[in-house]
Amino acid sequence: MKHTISILLENRFGAFDRVANLFSGKGFNLHSITIGETEIKDVMRMTIVTSGNDQIVDQVLKQLNRLVDTLKVVDLSEHERTERELALISINYQKGTLEELKNICDIFRGKVVDINNKSIMMELTGPPAKINAAVNVLMPYGIKEMARTGTVALKRGEQINIQKKEM
Amino acid sequence: MSSSKKFINGAEIFFECLRRENVEYIFGYPGGSTLKIYERLYDIDFLKHILVRHEQGATHMAEGYARASGKVGVVLVTSGPGATNTVTGIANAYMDSSPLVVFTGQVPTNLIGNDAFQEADIVGITRPITKHSFLVRDVKDLAPSIRKAFYIAQSGRPGPVLVDLPKNVINALCTFEYSEKIEIRGYKPTYSGHINQIKKAAKVISQAKRPLLYVGGGIIMSGASQELRSFAIENNLPVTMTLQGLGAFPGTSELSLGMLGMHGMYWANQAINHCDVLVALGARFDDRVTGKVDTFAKDAFKIHVDIDPSCIDKNVKVDVPIVGDVRQILSELRKVMPGKPKIDKWWEEIKTWQKECPLTYDMNDGRLRTEYVIERLSEKTRGEAIIVSDVGQHQMWVAQHYKFNHPRSHISSGGLGTMGFSVPASIGAAFAVKDRPIFSVSGDGGFQMNLQELITANYYKLPIKFIVINNSFLGMVRQWQELFFDEKYSFTNLGESNPDFVKVAEAFGLKAYSTDRPQDVDDLIDTMLNYNDGPIFVEFKVVKEDMVFPMVPSGASISEMIVKRLNPQRMV
Repeated sequence: MKHTISILLENRFGAFDRVANLFSGKGFNLHSITIGETEIKDVMRMTIVTSGNDQIVDQVLKQLNRLVDTLKVVDLSEHERTERELALISINYQKGTLEELKNICDIFRGKVVDINNKSIMMELTGPPAKINAAVNVLMPYGIKEMARTGTVALKRGEQINIQKKEM
Repeated sequence: MSSSKKFINGAEIFFECLRRENVEYIFGYPGGSTLKIYERLYDIDFLKHILVRHEQGATHMAEGYARASGKVGVVLVTSGPGATNTVTGIANAYMDSSPLVVFTGQVPTNLIGNDAFQEADIVGITRPITKHSFLVRDVKDLAPSIRKAFYIAQSGRPGPVLVDLPKNVINALCTFEYSEKIEIRGYKPTYSGHINQIKKAAKVISQAKRPLLYVGGGIIMSGASQELRSFAIENNLPVTMTLQGLGAFPGTSELSLGMLGMHGMYWANQAINHCDVLVALGARFDDRVTGKVDTFAKDAFKIHVDIDPSCIDKNVKVDVPIVGDVRQILSELRKVMPGKPKIDKWWEEIKTWQKECPLTYDMNDGRLRTEYVIERLSEKTRGEAIIVSDVGQHQMWVAQHYKFNHPRSHISSGGLGTMGFSVPASIGAAFAVKDRPIFSVSGDGGFQMNLQELITANYYKLPIKFIVINNSFLGMVRQWQELFFDEKYSFTNLGESNPDFVKVAEAFGLKAYSTDRPQDVDDLIDTMLNYNDGPIFVEFKVVKEDMVFPMVPSGASISEMIVKRLNPQRMV
């Protein structure tokens, strides 16, 4: 099962590397990893999607907690959450397919952000499952290039405080 | 001094910090990037710098010092090769949770990443083997980083911390301030265990029919030996120890079952198999202890006390986890025990196992064996010595046959299994402990891996007794080749290429002896014990083909133990 883990991290030299290193060093699965600023000065939020059985995910959480630079580690899979991903997809079109592609883009509530005489680029946002669905539909048209951000997620409702969970 | 506006350079700040941390010894080796520090060191008298002969030696010495004293071991090396040479020592300290602070020189910040002369990304290289690390990029951060490094290294589950010091940071000027209070918002180790969990554990233990304490190095690190002793005696509980736990509980006690695990005592492993309540105290269910995890103490109710939450449920799922300092938790546990378990029958079972398969070895053929040497050493020093063993067969024989009376007396590379650990680590221990004899016991293989540090021992006139158990083989590897690899002794025979160890030791200025006769052992041990004018060396030439038994083959369950006496046909 996939788990979405949200981490508040000191914005400090090497902090990101320590998290990334943990996954390679301990052999944990890493499906996506994103990092960006938060509302708090010098604190970054990392969103990681990992998978494994309960015992492995338990270890992932404990090992992340153990790092000196992590301030809070939450397995969002245990909570109500909102997950989003953004994708830029560039697709070749021929006579006749342009209209179809635009329709698909509309169905997925995407935007066409670039067009030339060979290809169009669309911007799609949504839960990762929706992006996957769009990719599946677009695949037969010939995807030229694609860039996905990986999942960002937040717990819904209450505010997360900067404090490590007491284990 | 602390808030004066005087500007001092990074090197001076460095030593001011070490003074505040009460550092007695630095194990180091100078080089281009640390010249400024060594310039300052020239006039420093509040601490002693120990000049090593190889940076790996420095890290092992610092670890030997840390483990014998309980204080932080400090290393100072230069950039590039100086720094990369510390890697094995740092990894060793990380695996065995020893508190070290390793200072590495670094090229100036404007050259970092430029493939500058003697540049290495040591922070990157050591990231997976340090508890934490700092690259100090501004002299303003120097004192706070050092303060944090010492705090992190020795608090919670101890470990090595690396501080990388670029040359220009060391030269730069800054005012000095050293805050007493320390606040690291992402790092707050838990010390006191959850009282409800402790009560639950107490209840289970008091009702147990076949309880067993399984104790590890955590007892020694937290200084919990006294509490452990009281707890075990009050409740008449059997105690078995891991390799790193040896000394946590007196080996001569009636309650001690000795070591468990791969080369553990038959009865200790039987007790693991049959216990109904297993209490793990500062031990981490290492694979050399558990063998096949699924069959380890299969039917037992498991209680696990550890300061590191990530150790809980890592290898073996437990029923009552208690996170915190084992000393505090044991003291709480003693207070809330509702009563003593009734376990006379359990003790009878254990006694039967002890009689069924005692620890023995062949002693009637008149040939010298390691077991005999260690047994005599144990008797003659009455378990009071500090034994720093290396890695391999002799290490297991030390663990089996030496009866340690005190904590911080058995120093060995457990987790990483670093050959070449003993010689330098014993030197570190000798700086920490002056009133008890210190023995370094190595095999002929491991001894050759760091023997350059004999110079260090001799130069500082340390009264270390260096023992080499020479069986002309990489004995433990040979043992596996014999048992599991069709007796193909591939590259384990050192006999033809070994140097004359007596001459080697003499070349380093040591008094040196050698024997292959059992009747010389007592005299030579006496000679070593009575010699206090610097280090002394003795080579014991022992039987080549001797094997360590009992043995649980790697990955097998404890019940598949190979015991010399029960399965003689599988012996050779």
